[in-house]
Amino acid sequence: MFLSLKSLIGNTGESNTVLLRGKMQFMLLFSRQGKLRLQKWYVPLSDKEKKKITRELVQTVLARKPKMCSFLEWRDLKIVYKRYASLYFCCAIEDQDNELITLEIIHRYVELLDKYFGSVCELDIIFNFEKAYFILDEFLLGGEVQETSKKNVLKAIEQADLLQEEAETPRSVLEEIGLT
Amino acid sequence: MSRVGKSKEAEIKRINKELANIRSKFKGDKALDGYSKKKYVCKLLFIFLLGHDIDFGHMEAVNLLSSNKYTEKQIGYLFISVLVNSNSELIRLINNAIKNDLASRNPIFMCLALHCIANVGSREMAEAFASEIPKILVAGDTMDSVKQSAALCLLRLYKTSPDLVPMGEWTSRVVHLLNDQHLGVVTAATSLITCLSKKNPDEFKTCVSLAVSRLSRIVSSASTDLQDYTYYFVPAPWLSVKLLRLLQCYPPPEDTAVKGRLIECMETILNKAQEPPKSKKVQHSNAKNAILFEAISLIIHYDSEPNLLVRACNQLGQFLQHRETNLRYLALESMCLLAGSEFSHEAVKTHIETVINALKTERDVSVRQRAADLLYAMCDRTNAPQIVAEMLSYLETADYSIREEIVLKVAILAEKYAVDYTWYVDTILNLIRIAGDYVSEEVWYRVIQIVINRDDVQGYAAKTVFEALQAPACHENMVKVGGYILGEFGNLIAGDPRSSPLVQFNLLHSKFHLCSVPTRALLLSSYIKFVNLFPETKTTIQDVLRSDSQLRNSDVELQQRAVEYLKLSSIASTDVLATVLEEMPPFPERESSILAKLKKKKGPGTVTDMEEGKKEQTEVNGGVEPAVNASTVSTPSPSADLLGLKSAPAGGGSLLVDVFSDAVPATGALAPGSEDNFSRSLDLPGESPASLLVDATLGADTVTTVPAAGSEDPALPVPDADDLLNKFVCKNNGVLFENQLLQIGIKSEYRQNLGRMYLFFGNKTSVQFLNFTLNVSCPGELQNELNIQAKPVEPIVEGGAQVQQVINIECLSDFTEAPLLNIQFRYGGTVQNITLKLPITVNKFFQPTEMASEDFFQRWKQLSSPQQEAQKIFKANHPMDTEVTKAKLIGFGSALLQDVDPNRDNFVGAGVIHTKSIQVGCLLRLEPNSQAQMYRLTLRTSKEAVSKRLCALLSQQF
Repeated sequence: MFLSLKSLIGNTGESNTVLLRGKMQFMLLFSRQGKLRLQKWYVPLSDKEKKKITRELVQTVLARKPKMCSFLEWRDLKIVYKRYASLYFCCAIEDQDNELITLEIIHRYVELLDKYFGSVCELDIIFNFEKAYFILDEFLLGGEVQETSKKNVLKAIEQADLLQEEAETPRSVLEEIGLT
Repeated sequence: MSRVGKSKEAEIKRINKELANIRSKFKGDKALDGYSKKKYVCKLLFIFLLGHDIDFGHMEAVNLLSSNKYTEKQIGYLFISVLVNSNSELIRLINNAIKNDLASRNPIFMCLALHCIANVGSREMAEAFASEIPKILVAGDTMDSVKQSAALCLLRLYKTSPDLVPMGEWTSRVVHLLNDQHLGVVTAATSLITCLSKKNPDEFKTCVSLAVSRLSRIVSSASTDLQDYTYYFVPAPWLSVKLLRLLQCYPPPEDTAVKGRLIECMETILNKAQEPPKSKKVQHSNAKNAILFEAISLIIHYDSEPNLLVRACNQLGQFLQHRETNLRYLALESMCLLAGSEFSHEAVKTHIETVINALKTERDVSVRQRAADLLYAMCDRTNAPQIVAEMLSYLETADYSIREEIVLKVAILAEKYAVDYTWYVDTILNLIRIAGDYVSEEVWYRVIQIVINRDDVQGYAAKTVFEALQAPACHENMVKVGGYILGEFGNLIAGDPRSSPLVQFNLLHSKFHLCSVPTRALLLSSYIKFVNLFPETKTTIQDVLRSDSQLRNSDVELQQRAVEYLKLSSIASTDVLATVLEEMPPFPERESSILAKLKKKKGPGTVTDMEEGKKEQTEVNGGVEPAVNASTVSTPSPSADLLGLKSAPAGGGSLLVDVFSDAVPATGALAPGSEDNFSRSLDLPGESPASLLVDATLGADTVTTVPAAGSEDPALPVPDADDLLNKFVCKNNGVLFENQLLQIGIKSEYRQNLGRMYLFFGNKTSVQFLNFTLNVSCPGELQNELNIQAKPVEPIVEGGAQVQQVINIECLSDFTEAPLLNIQFRYGGTVQNITLKLPITVNKFFQPTEMASEDFFQRWKQLSSPQQEAQKIFKANHPMDTEVTKAKLIGFGSALLQDVDPNRDNFVGAGVIHTKSIQVGCLLRLEPNSQAQMYRLTLRTSKEAVSKRLCALLSQQF
């Protein structure tokens, strides 16, 4: 019986708009103070829309109490979030998607950052934002899990690090701007 | 970073300086080397991620792509991924660089290029690479890491532009990636295959058996077999979930061996849930349960294995009482689906007590919401009275955000499972009593419809509403239902001296003065129906109709009804009277509009699933017509027509016209509650033409003519133009705009429907601005709504100097859009072109009105048609400070009324918007809920567009 239902829904929803939607729609990292630390969008949106979503979501998530459920319905999406120390990791997935495995996507990403930076903290992500992005791209691509093996992901990043000719770091970039 | 936190302004200053520096480096004569280019591009990226806008550097980033130094290339690609929008000029250059990297055969470069395509995923990229990537994916010599990226990259392109991805012989080879030795490759490929299967199930059918055997190998492997793909003792959880998801694209396998193997897998997964955990870490149980929930989804999808369905249900039942909130939430959610299966519906029902308890005790509203959903889904005739009662009692304390939905659910369940219609009537009246504000028209229309269609309940309904109306304070919706039902069926209880005709009439009339115009109109119609039902009430009712407050009522509709009904009662013969005022005929059966509304609220999927999925035609009121059976629906009608109001009762309308010849304009139906007349008459003032405006000249020496509509827009407003606009809703002076070159200050004053605005343009640089031109335009409709005259300014602005522009504004009628201000000038070698929204909003033309509490509520009630009201519930964006809120409301322009609202925390305001053509009276009410950090804002004005606009503007301010 459900089969027929599904195919019915499938037929009506077969438009491109449905196809356009990725598994994960976006991932945001923000601090307890509401500062955005990393944003990754897997669906095309205007800057204005992105800012609006970010603002709304940061507010909604920060308002939640510690013992509450890690999932919430938001617009027509599901939000899965978890807090690690001062940082909130927040993913938007679709209605049919698996919440628990998304929670573990977040955790695996945290583990990857932790392994790479050695007990990662918020500052690591601020100062080495490009690394955080590179690691994420190796792990998740287009909103789908690409490689779950910690070894393989970090191998790819370290390979790249070996190719780094100069010894400069983004930290010096920040110092030049005077923001450190 | 400490300095960043210290002062936002200092940060902006510092960053502007840095941006200017980078800009000059990029523009400088000296060609930058790759290292510096990378450094500056990286800085730009950092500044962007701090939240600042970046409008240059794209070209430099594109240049980095062709560097053969890996880190330079990498930063170039990152910049493109984060910052590029489909700028076709650049995309061509980017595509070129990508093409080279893909052809390089260097796996690291290839991956970078593939990541970039997957991140940007634009149509242009699909055009360039959609046929290339499948080749890379299936080529024998492609490295594993490249295959993984290629698979997901192709997936992204397929989602963007399915038409551009050619199917072909590669498709069969992609399916075989499910057999690949490298689990990472399988993981990536499974996502691609799932997406392709959804679109072309037949072509990818072979994936089913491959997926089953892969899944079976994973599920039966020991926890250490898969080495790095084991996650907290769970073998390959991500891949398992993906495979189970893929299988949900297909019906159960036909091949019995494959099917047997799959069922074995699911049994193993269910068994593992019962085993003691291998680790106490939450990651272990999450990963394990992620697979379990996905397996349950597949079991529900198949809906053919009763044994598995019941096992799934039992497992979820255990989770309902788990200490992890997450698991309770998911179990409630998943059980909703199980309730829809005939095999597990009964098993789900055994958990009713736990679910009711969850509804009462869960501390997180999202979990309570799931519990309410599940109760709705598990409801059938056996437990409907209990579930409906629980939902009703929950309603008394339910969160505001979900009240309306609960009301709809209760109304639907009560109707659907009513064995005894007295229970149905009681339930709906309780609903109105408990949550009258949330009972929408659809709900009370529906109860009337059902009472009219079922004569066995009419007497009970009349008795019950009569009793309900005895309460000293009853909700207006109750008065509406009571008025209608007594008008039709009051005779059924008139035998009892305690509810004699006159007692009924007096009871109804005692509510009259507390009600809004539409309800009063409905009551007037009930009165005339009384005249027909009970001749002995005729003189009393005629007296009422004849009184000045009716015959001379300022409301056209009420006055008209009073005049007509009075005439009708005095000149028409009893026969005519009886024909005109005959009992309403039964309503044609159609879909419950309530169900339609719930569907709309919850999205098409969920409710349909439940309603149609339950397969219980036997349950649907055994042949009684008012069924909610969605499949018998002809065409859903607009809710307003539910009572057949738009078509007058047979003969009724035309007869009336005959009686009064052309003394009065044709009226609508006699049926009470016809609201379209009201809104029409109320809308009239707004339609008055605005042509007079052409004469209006404000200032004397106007030179700059306002461009007429249709003139091309100079530029789109800056992205945050709306934010700028919102900044000035409650204030008249301040800085409108600022960038590195230019600062624009604003001062304005308004009186009645006129305003004057001073704009100050400051040149922040030391260089002249040349050809400085300003243009104010009113796009579209706005040119008929605002008359704006701007004086011209000098074409040169010296460095460090300021020029001023005066703008005169006349408001002709209410408006929604904002005028655009376009600024153009040459600075150095470049033309600057900025378009902003001028902060002229309709509330600027407010004149505050003081009034006492009773006046306020009287007017409030008069403005109660749905079109006149706009309401918004929203989260507080700023700390909820009473004084600040007051200041904002006063700045908004309305009077702030003291001691009006019985709740002292609420704010109410009143004022009149002055335009040349009409004046619009506005009432507002702001109810803060500091616990939830929410506000509810309600605007009532005599014009729909004004209510909406004011509500939208004001709700951005808190």
